[in-house]
Amino acid sequence: MAIRRVTRGLPALLVNGLLLGGAALTLFPLVWMMSVSLMPPGEASSFPPPLVPGAPTLGNYRELFAHAGMGRYLLNSVVLTSAVTLVSLLFNVAAGYAFAKLRFAGRDRIFRVLLGTLVIPGQVAMVPLFLLLRDLRLVNTYGGVIVPAMASIFGIFVVRQYALAIPDDLLEAARIDGASEVRIFRSIMVPVLKPIIVTLAVFTSLGAWNDFMWPLIVLGDSDLYTLPVALASLSREHVQDNELMMAGAVLTILPVLLVFLVLQRYYIQGLMLGSVKE
Amino acid sequence: MRRQAAAWCFVAPALVVIAVFFFVPVVAALAMSLTDFDIYALADRGNLRVVGLRNYAQLLRTPLFWKAFGNTLYFVVIGVPLSIAISLGAALLLHTRVTRFRAFFRTALFAPVVTTLVAVAVIWRYLFNPHYGLLNYTLGRLGLPSVDWLGDPQWAMPAIILFAVWKNFGYNMIILLAGLQSIPEQLYEAARIDGASAWRQFRHVTLPMLAPIVALVNVLTIAGYFQLFAEPYVMTQGGPLQSTVSVLYFMYEEGFKWWNLGSASAVAFTLFLFIFGVTALQLRLVRWQSAA
Repeated sequence: MAIRRVTRGLPALLVNGLLLGGAALTLFPLVWMMSVSLMPPGEASSFPPPLVPGAPTLGNYRELFAHAGMGRYLLNSVVLTSAVTLVSLLFNVAAGYAFAKLRFAGRDRIFRVLLGTLVIPGQVAMVPLFLLLRDLRLVNTYGGVIVPAMASIFGIFVVRQYALAIPDDLLEAARIDGASEVRIFRSIMVPVLKPIIVTLAVFTSLGAWNDFMWPLIVLGDSDLYTLPVALASLSREHVQDNELMMAGAVLTILPVLLVFLVLQRYYIQGLMLGSVKE
Repeated sequence: MRRQAAAWCFVAPALVVIAVFFFVPVVAALAMSLTDFDIYALADRGNLRVVGLRNYAQLLRTPLFWKAFGNTLYFVVIGVPLSIAISLGAALLLHTRVTRFRAFFRTALFAPVVTTLVAVAVIWRYLFNPHYGLLNYTLGRLGLPSVDWLGDPQWAMPAIILFAVWKNFGYNMIILLAGLQSIPEQLYEAARIDGASAWRQFRHVTLPMLAPIVALVNVLTIAGYFQLFAEPYVMTQGGPLQSTVSVLYFMYEEGFKWWNLGSASAVAFTLFLFIFGVTALQLRLVRWQSAA
């Protein structure tokens, strides 16, 4: 009996031990980032590298807001993320619903074309997109980031997949009662689609917050920088200021990490839907 | 009729955005890649000339383009298998019957995926620091010589791969875990009744059942890894000795630093055609294998 317990306990120990080690490796850089962000300038550049601050201070955060314009970047990121998320949700949910539940000429053909173009990486479009936005006078404005992101094929796709499962009777009953299409969408579909709307909202907002290459290209004016663009630029200037950079990293990562932790279930669901997109 | 019109009102905004800000630019990219669009044309489009395939020919004669292509291939060929192997290992560990605190471990292992790439790259640049970085300190404690991670052309790309695997493996882990959970328990029971060991169960039940998902994950990951950009931008700026210049990094500098927009479009299109070719080849392989 005792021997059996040991042979059973060994794999359990191994499995959980490995998982613990793995979790330590994934979490350590994030925990350490927070620790270093509380160290006074210079402390993190000693050897061996300190794990916890000798005298924790919020000085780096004060410095970032007072002299590095961090408040401005934080505001830019919040405004751009909110705008992209709200507008693209409205457009994608409406289109996804229509592709699933409304009839119109060429519906299926258009949808197939959309799906087919998912294989084209967004970077292919970047150079002409830049010129187009330049002609529209949107380069170096919030619009340069928001406008191209107002709809996405992925977003339309996941909403359509979800809406396909909703029974038509629900809509027909409302139509017989004389409800308008807009009303049906607002008062019947949106409540039913709520789970996928939340999923898409989490996915879109995290994507918009973390986006780097396009904001880097289209926002030349440092007053408009988002947090990732500002952090990349600051880290080129302040190569030696590790404590300051870690505080900047905390401010950039913490919001997305918190959103993820709270709405994890929805995020994972979006990820699963995304993986079958092709 | 009224319903047709309503339907168009629902799809039109999204379709217009996608058409104007994605389809048109993609087609325009192909057209631009056949012109000498540069900083003079940027000022006055009258300076624009059609040059046919000259941008592509020029590209093939540019050593840095080949270097960037080689670096990107290195990143994909080493990074993707490593990343998927770790994803699979982690998914298997999470799926065993003896796993404790499954939800916690899953979240912890997944956390790097949602973090901001630029911010974690800044953290890792610090971990990689040759003088006071934690990585070299750990190597020293283990009696190993220290490495100039981001300063040595031999080590810069491996360092970036290490970072990218840390950042990305959780994504495929979740997909593979869902795949594992969807394998019917009866298959394992039948195998156990036949006296199959844990290893044989893995070899003859788990792997074949998981193969389609692994193939899918492989296709998506390869396409994603070809788009390497932010890691070298933040950690190495393409150096040292251009050992971490990726194709997209090359495109970015060509287009938005030197304003050779025609040439940059040619780079983007070449990368797209290559990714497309690799993807098509893989899908054909998968189909051929499942038919055999």
